[in-house]
Amino acid sequence: MNDEYNLRGKVAIVGVGETTYYKHGQSPDPEFVLVLKAILAACEDAGISPKEIDGFCSYSNDRNDPPRLANALGIPELRYSNMQWTSGGGGAAAAVQNAAGAVVAGSANVVVAYRGLAQGQFGRFGRSGGSRPVSGPAAYTLPYGMMSAAQMYAMRTTRFMHEHGVGRGAMRAIAMACYHHAQNNPRAVMQGKTLDAETYDSSRWITEPYRLFDCCLENDGAAAMIVTRTDRAKDLAKAPALVLAAQQSGGHRSGATAENATDYVTSSFKPAVKHLYEQAGIGPTDIDVVQSYENFTGGVVMSLIEHGLCTYENADEVLTFDNLRADGGNLPLNTSGGNLAECYMHGLGLQIEAVRQVRGESCNQVDDVKVALANAGPMVAVASTALYGTEEVVG
Amino acid sequence: MSRSTDEVHLPGLRQPAAANDGLDTPFWEGTRAHELRVQRCKECELHQWGPEWMCHACNSMELEWVAVEPVGNIYSWQRPHHPVHRALSERGPYIIVLVELPHADNIRMVGNLLGDPLQEVEIGTPVSVVFEDRDGDPDFTLVQWEVT
Ligand SMILES: [Zn+2]
Repeated sequence: MNDEYNLRGKVAIVGVGETTYYKHGQSPDPEFVLVLKAILAACEDAGISPKEIDGFCSYSNDRNDPPRLANALGIPELRYSNMQWTSGGGGAAAAVQNAAGAVVAGSANVVVAYRGLAQGQFGRFGRSGGSRPVSGPAAYTLPYGMMSAAQMYAMRTTRFMHEHGVGRGAMRAIAMACYHHAQNNPRAVMQGKTLDAETYDSSRWITEPYRLFDCCLENDGAAAMIVTRTDRAKDLAKAPALVLAAQQSGGHRSGATAENATDYVTSSFKPAVKHLYEQAGIGPTDIDVVQSYENFTGGVVMSLIEHGLCTYENADEVLTFDNLRADGGNLPLNTSGGNLAECYMHGLGLQIEAVRQVRGESCNQVDDVKVALANAGPMVAVASTALYGTEEVVG
Repeated sequence: MSRSTDEVHLPGLRQPAAANDGLDTPFWEGTRAHELRVQRCKECELHQWGPEWMCHACNSMELEWVAVEPVGNIYSWQRPHHPVHRALSERGPYIIVLVELPHADNIRMVGNLLGDPLQEVEIGTPVSVVFEDRDGDPDFTLVQWEVT
């Protein structure tokens, strides 16, 4: 561990914030206003003035660009802006990584990682209409009725279940754990709506092998995280959650068109995980709580296996509802309700929940958390994954 | 090896058009001629799909289009039930297959599996191409699949 070219503990998350989370199309505010409100909430949580922000990182082609945000906030110096290209929310942990890298490099001191979505204003993500001809990669799928996000990622799950003979029980347990955790979370759009095994099993098919409850929500809202130097964090309002490591993850031809990625049966995390644990100086057994991005539950099963938290052989035995609960499980998962039951803020909510667990502030707090994992993406061309920890972990 | 049909499987969806940079024009011309044409590298002879400007193995930019045997095996599949486009709202379930082409370096292609939309689908099943000729602007031909 003599290599100093890593993030390990050099940078901390000092503030997190979000707007009210709305059902899709229900936000009374325009998307830009939602992002401003989330940034103010994160600054207040940190005990830091918005005027101190000098950098912005986002992902998934967020429409709310840093010059406009800096202008609205009256920021004196805009020193750093960054956009992570990936499909969907695969860049959520990468936005934190890019912010952390900017801080370590001295490019900026206080960087906000953010994401805003108002689908009433801009239309639903991945929704396809229109009648114009389609060309390029979409021409090889769309005329065959393959155009929604669920359809883009269903066949990886079919193939995964075929090759490894696991998955359905684990997928059900993941959905149930998310809904279970949302019941204690006042931010969760699904608070008050429970999910039992019978309801899951009798829910309608979206596209086989995905049922309704295997699929993420569509929501309006915004979320933000404040990233700064760990030495600065000592003067601020909350105990810092240190960034132990963060990585992006794309394998050989993972971006190939028409489903031609070399490794098809993957959550896309295989390349990153070795670097993630090496740089953090810990392993999967050190993780106390997991936030694993659910675009679709099948991808979560693969993500947990590829992060070394269970195996292809024992996934159905380890990934049970009892085991995934914050109240008593050995592998507490998505303790805010996640993308299935808290809000689909393209996964930034999962990064925030990992920070809350490290601080001891979750609605479903796991005892004595030192290390929390939060990943983003699964099955997309480039995913990302991050580990957060207490100061004790880096010593 | 292959057959053709005038029966329209999923009417009302956006029609395909060759990309305006010319990259995949030979593919769409090929389907009109009822040939399954894909890229092959002139240097290392590797087939690749979807089309790219460069061979991903040897980085040669000398690529040619060759007709390959229009047969393969089901590599994966899904059965959409939820209509995501207004043209599909009365359609009911249909089957999308991902077909691996063993005679072309195991490249994969997406299409529909014709026949009973509720049929059992098994990974590994041999399938062959059905060229679906369609009226449009311009006319076009889709690559569909049926169990061999
Ligand atoms: Zn070549």
